[in-house]
Amino acid sequence: MSLDLKRVPMAEQEPGVRKHNFDEVSLGYTLEEAIQEAKRCIQCKRPRCVSGCPVNIRIPEFIDQIAKGNIDRAAEIIKETNNLPAICGRVCPQEEQCEAKCILGVKGDPIAIGRLERFAADYALEKERKNQVPVSNGIKVAIVGSGPAGLTAAADLAKYGYEVHIFEAFHEPGGVLIYGIPEFRLPESLVRKEIEGIKDLGVKIHTNIIIGKTITIDELLEQGFKAVFIGSGAGLPKFMNIPGENLNGVYSANEYLTRINLMKAYDFPNNHTPIKVGHRVSVVGGGNVAMDAARSALRLGAEEVRIVYRRSEKEMPARLEEIHHAKKEGIIFDTLVNPVEVIGDNGWVTGLKCVRMELGEPDSSGRRRPIEIPDSEFIQDVDIVIMAIGTSPNPLIVSTTPDLKAHSWGGIIVDEETGETSKEGVYAGGDAVTGAATVILAMEAGKKAAKAIHEKLKTREDLLLLL
Amino acid sequence: MFEIMEKRTLGPGIVLMKVKAPLIAGKAMPGQFIMLRVSEEGERIPLTIADYDRVEGSITIIFQEVGYTTRELAKLDAGDFIRDFAGPLGKPSELDVQGRVLCVGGGVGIAPLFPQIKYLSNRGNDVDVIIGARNSDYLILVDEIRDLSTNLYLATDDGSLGHKGFVTDIVKRLLEDGNRYDLVIAVGPLVMMKAVSSLTKEYKIPTTVSMNPIMVDGTGMCGGCRVTVGGKVYYACVDGPDFDGHLVDFDEAIRRQQMYREEEKEAEHNCRILSKI
Repeated sequence: MSLDLKRVPMAEQEPGVRKHNFDEVSLGYTLEEAIQEAKRCIQCKRPRCVSGCPVNIRIPEFIDQIAKGNIDRAAEIIKETNNLPAICGRVCPQEEQCEAKCILGVKGDPIAIGRLERFAADYALEKERKNQVPVSNGIKVAIVGSGPAGLTAAADLAKYGYEVHIFEAFHEPGGVLIYGIPEFRLPESLVRKEIEGIKDLGVKIHTNIIIGKTITIDELLEQGFKAVFIGSGAGLPKFMNIPGENLNGVYSANEYLTRINLMKAYDFPNNHTPIKVGHRVSVVGGGNVAMDAARSALRLGAEEVRIVYRRSEKEMPARLEEIHHAKKEGIIFDTLVNPVEVIGDNGWVTGLKCVRMELGEPDSSGRRRPIEIPDSEFIQDVDIVIMAIGTSPNPLIVSTTPDLKAHSWGGIIVDEETGETSKEGVYAGGDAVTGAATVILAMEAGKKAAKAIHEKLKTREDLLLLL
Repeated sequence: MFEIMEKRTLGPGIVLMKVKAPLIAGKAMPGQFIMLRVSEEGERIPLTIADYDRVEGSITIIFQEVGYTTRELAKLDAGDFIRDFAGPLGKPSELDVQGRVLCVGGGVGIAPLFPQIKYLSNRGNDVDVIIGARNSDYLILVDEIRDLSTNLYLATDDGSLGHKGFVTDIVKRLLEDGNRYDLVIAVGPLVMMKAVSSLTKEYKIPTTVSMNPIMVDGTGMCGGCRVTVGGKVYYACVDGPDFDGHLVDFDEAIRRQQMYREEEKEAEHNCRILSKI
C-alpha cells in the first residue's frame, strides 16, 4: 500500500470576507473529506499519537471508525476520554501534540487528527444525542470555575457517580471558552451545546457565585462537599509598567476580549456594553490571545492592526495556524519591536513609542533573549493599544483560604499527578496552578484531579463500609 | 434571578432597591460592592452596597438614573427580578478606628457612606457627618443618618437645605475651627473626594476615599478599573475600592471615567429612537 502523504484540505472563509465578520473561519470537513482523510491513517500497532494527547484519546480507533463511516461510534470513543471534543478539535495545538508524533509526519503531512476529532464531535452534537445520566452515589463534590479544567473535572466526576456542583463567578458558564476565545475560532453555540451535554450528566452549574467572596472554600467543605476542585483560571492581566498605560484607549486583552465575546460589544448598542473600536490598533504580545485580540480588532472595523512582539516570529508562542490566519487577514507583524511608552494627548492614546530589538544569547526559557538596539526609537501612530502579555493568578481564593499554599507569583501549589493542594480535600488545576496555558492542559489537570478525587473518596467510602 | 423586595424613590431619579440575595447579605461588609446586570443584553455595572440585612437576607442598593443601565434598572418594580447580582466584591472598608470620625458624602455617594456611618456609630465612635447635593430633593438618607451621627451638617448647591455651597466648605470650616479627627471618609463625585483629600492633607488626617471606576467583571480579571495610588497601579475591584485619598491620582481617575462618554450618548440616542417607534 502506498502512503498518501497529503492531507485533505479543510475549507475556510476567504480572508477578505472573514475579516469583516465574526463567523467561524474554518468550516470543517464534509463526511466524504473526513472519510478520505481518515483512510490515510496507517493504524500503527504502537500509536505514538495517543501518547502525544494530554487526555490520551484512543486516536487510531476513532479514526478507524470514521474511515468505516461509523461516525457515531467514533464520537463515542473520543468522548470516553475527552468531555469537550468539539472544542479541542478546534483550539488544541495538535501540531505540538498528537499530530507532532504522527509517523506520516516524517515524510509528509501528519493525519489531521484535530480536524477529524472536530468532525466526529460536531456530527454527534448535531444529532443532539443526550448523555446518559449516571447513577448518583450521593457524594457531593464542588468545582470552582466552569472553564475547561472545571468542566472536565465535573464531567468525569459525574460519570464516576458524584453529585457535582460547579460555582461560576460570571453570569455565564464556560470560562475562557466564552469570555476569551472569539466566536470566529470557537462558536459560542457550540460551547453551550458541550456544556448542556455536561449538564445532562447531572452536573449543576451555579452562576454569579464568587468562591472566596460569596462562599469560601472552608464553607463549601463545612456544607458537606467531600472534595473541592479549584479551576478558577488565569485571573489578573499583566501590564508592562511603562508610562502612559492608564491612558484611555489602553486595554488588557482580557478586558478587550471579554467585552467582545462575553458582553457582545461588537453588537453595541443592541447589546449595551461599549468598546472603543479605534482606527489603528497595536496589540502587544505574540501568543494566541494576542492573535485573537488583533483579529477581533480587525473585525470590529479598525483600519490597521499590528502585532508588536519583542522577539522574532520564530519565538512566537501562538499557534502557527493562528499566525497564518492573522497574516492572511492583513494584520501587520512588527516583530523585534518593544514598546517603551504609550503616548497620549488630553488623556487619550495617540501613539506607541517603541524600540527595535535584536536577539542575543538564549535565556532561561531557552529562547534567544531580545536586546534593545540603541537609538532605534520610533512612534507608531495608533489610538488603541491592547496588552496581551499574560496574566497572573487571581488572589481571591488563596487570600481567603488560610491553609491553601501558593507560589509567590500566585499559582496554587499542587501535586502534579493528582492536583492535590496543601489543604485536605482541596484540589486545583489549570491556569490557577500553571499560569496562562492551554485549554487542553487545563482539561488534563481536571481529568487527573477527578481521578484522584475518586480514588480518595472511593477508598474512604470502602473504609466506612468496613467499619 | 434576584427578586426586588422593595423599591422606593428617594429623590429625582434616585432609587432605592432592596434585593433578596441571602448569600451576599451573609457576607457583605461596609465598603463592598456588587455587580449586576439587568437583562440578557445588559452591561455589567458595579454598585456599592448601601445596606445589608443578614437576617432578612437582603442587600440594599441606591442608584441614580445616569445612564442606560441605571435607567433600565429603575424601570423594575418590587416583585420583579434582576437577572444577575453577584458579590460582595472588593475589600471591606478598614473601620477599626476608635475615636472621632468625619464622614463626607456627596450626591448618591451618600448611599455607600451609610453602612460605614452605621458601623462606626454602632461601635461607639463619635461620627460627624457632612452630606451635600445639588438641592434638597437630591439630599438622601438625611433622617437615617441624623439618628446615627454626632453632628450632621447639610449642604446644597442652591441653599435649599443647610449650607449654601459645597460639603468642602464645611470640611474647611470644621478643620479651621480646630476640630480634629482620627479618620476622614469621603465618598462621592471624584472632584469632591479630590477636594476633601487636599483639605485633610494639610492637617495630616488619614483620609479614605471610595473609587468607583469602570469595571467589567469586578473580580480582577479585566483590569479596566486600574487606579494610580502613590505612583503604583492598583485594581479597584480587588485592591479597593477604598484607597488613601492623599495618594490617589484623581486627575487620571477623572479622565478614565470619560472613556465611554461618546458611546453612552449613542446608546442614549438609540434608546430614545426606539422609544419613539
